[in-house]
Amino acid sequence: MRELRYIHAVNEAINEEMDRDENVVLIGEDIAGPGGAFGATRGLLERHGPRRVLDTPISEAGFVSLATGAAMCGLRPIVEIMFMDFTTVCMDSIVNQLAKIRYMSAGQYCLPVVLRTPAGGGLNAAAQHSQCLEAWFAHVPGLKVVMPATPYDVKGLIKSAVRDDNPVLVIEHKGLYAGKGSVPEEEILVPLGKAEIKREGSDVTVVATSRMVHDSLEAACIMAEEGVSVEVLDLRSIQPWDKDAVFNSVTKTHRLVVAHEAVKSFGIGGEIAATVVEEIMDELDAPIKRVGAPFVPVPYSLEQFYQPGPTHVVEAVRATMSSIL
Amino acid sequence: MSEKRKKTNRLKIDRKRSIKLYSMMVKIRRVEETLAEVFTAGEIPGFIHTCIGQEATPTAVCSHLEQSDYITTTHRGHGHALAKGVDLKMFMAELFGRRDGLCRGRSGSIHLADKSCGLLGANGIVGAGIPLATGAAFASQYKNSGQVAVCFFGEAASDEGFFHESLNIASLWKLPIVYVCENNGWAQFTPQKVHMPVQDVAQRAVAYGINGITVTNDILEIEAAAAKALSKARKGGGPTLLEVKSLRWHGHYVGDPQKYRSQKEVTLAQKDDCIKKFKTWLIKSNYLDQVKLDGIESKIEKEITKAVEFARQSPVADTSELMESLYVV
Repeated sequence: MRELRYIHAVNEAINEEMDRDENVVLIGEDIAGPGGAFGATRGLLERHGPRRVLDTPISEAGFVSLATGAAMCGLRPIVEIMFMDFTTVCMDSIVNQLAKIRYMSAGQYCLPVVLRTPAGGGLNAAAQHSQCLEAWFAHVPGLKVVMPATPYDVKGLIKSAVRDDNPVLVIEHKGLYAGKGSVPEEEILVPLGKAEIKREGSDVTVVATSRMVHDSLEAACIMAEEGVSVEVLDLRSIQPWDKDAVFNSVTKTHRLVVAHEAVKSFGIGGEIAATVVEEIMDELDAPIKRVGAPFVPVPYSLEQFYQPGPTHVVEAVRATMSSIL
Repeated sequence: MSEKRKKTNRLKIDRKRSIKLYSMMVKIRRVEETLAEVFTAGEIPGFIHTCIGQEATPTAVCSHLEQSDYITTTHRGHGHALAKGVDLKMFMAELFGRRDGLCRGRSGSIHLADKSCGLLGANGIVGAGIPLATGAAFASQYKNSGQVAVCFFGEAASDEGFFHESLNIASLWKLPIVYVCENNGWAQFTPQKVHMPVQDVAQRAVAYGINGITVTNDILEIEAAAAKALSKARKGGGPTLLEVKSLRWHGHYVGDPQKYRSQKEVTLAQKDDCIKKFKTWLIKSNYLDQVKLDGIESKIEKEITKAVEFARQSPVADTSELMESLYVV
């Protein structure tokens, strides 16, 4: 199977869906002529034309709502929000309009909008260009949220998201753009709402998202040398999340760590941990551990102390192994 | 404005059309007055914001729209919804929060939506409908469908960033949209001079390279200006900003005693009644006599009474419906 970079997998997914469906249009800043700030949409203007690939002014609230209105009238826009941090600028458009119009209209309208945005740090881009804000959007009824960690998953999830008639927020990771992974030539679709076991194990379940999937796999290798078998479950979808997959894994291993790059406090790890405790408490042999960033904005040059990594996952795994409930 | 110009405008309208316009204005007025009564009697939950005094704008503008054209409106959107053609019974049931309502009781007054007649939605967020309507116009242009979008909003919405961003894009992309600003001088409890450094919202159009037009609260003046702007949009000429110096008679919401307004100002507003003015003109022009006008009014009353009864009889939504229509499955 060929190896493809994550960013090229994004490009392929969008291109294929635009080939497949005339109603798919591309909207965002610097996405047409320049091919995207990260190159995600390179070549798409040339292939699909200026009518379908549009550079916007710097007006996130305006163009996200424009995409919403267009979707209500039959189009299927893919909108790029250049950095996830900029979703703050269009919160009303996402939370009060895009997420709610279907419900408020009692199902009269469907809003097949895909919002794509790179989150995450590791590039010293500092506080306003490095955030992981999935918890905010997972908390809004009406939105779907996915966080693909691999080139295969980003391609498959973007394609599924475009075909889904609901608004889907696809959270990519800028630190993963250059990374390579196996992606077949033939068409792939990854279903929304389904997690995937990226490494099987029997002693501890590590539920991870995005970049932390890779760090958790690294941690699993380290723990294997200590004789601990770690199962790494890539959540892939945040809203809805694959509760069955998490429960099945925890029922097998009886220990749970949730690892995400986002700030630990009030992150999605809390939701997952609480749900496990509420519903399958008896399966746990140890308290749940969460891995996430400290409760400060992403610092510029101190970022190496800030970002969670394999060592934090290892620490959390060791803690679950050594405690007894 | 000279009397001569007024007469010339009015001569262009035929009898059939003028009856249609008059009937719609009266319908909106009487529906709003009825709603205020039933709301005060405790039959309607939440808050409602009536457009009494402002009926000319929705009537005039929507009279030039097809069923398939799109509109967005505001929290003060009953007039636009009615003028766009929503079913009166279902409209009433929606305000009563009943299952037979336009949105099965989900939306209430502020989020009214009706896909069958192009009502994208009323909006509880000031200005949020402006980019939504802009998106509808984008879709029309993309599909080359000939549809236009009209966005209704108040003068205070033109202070919101949404307004700036939307008109900027619409002008750039020459979208088939008309932005209709009903300037009634009051942003909830705040007068225009406190929040706006310019006299006319239409002045803001120059920043986007589009035409900004200001008209008074006169049905025929609005009608003529709207016709021109819509024709331009349909032909691919891009957007227009049409400002109507409208007049809000009552408070921001039903029950608001509007103590922040002088009685003199309120009285002046109520004297400049768009319906009364048009009625006088219809009689003077021999288009209609008092008997016929009374006939129109009594027909509307019957329709409204039936709608209220329909709403009262309609069941409240079932709790089993609470989780429906969150996602397309």
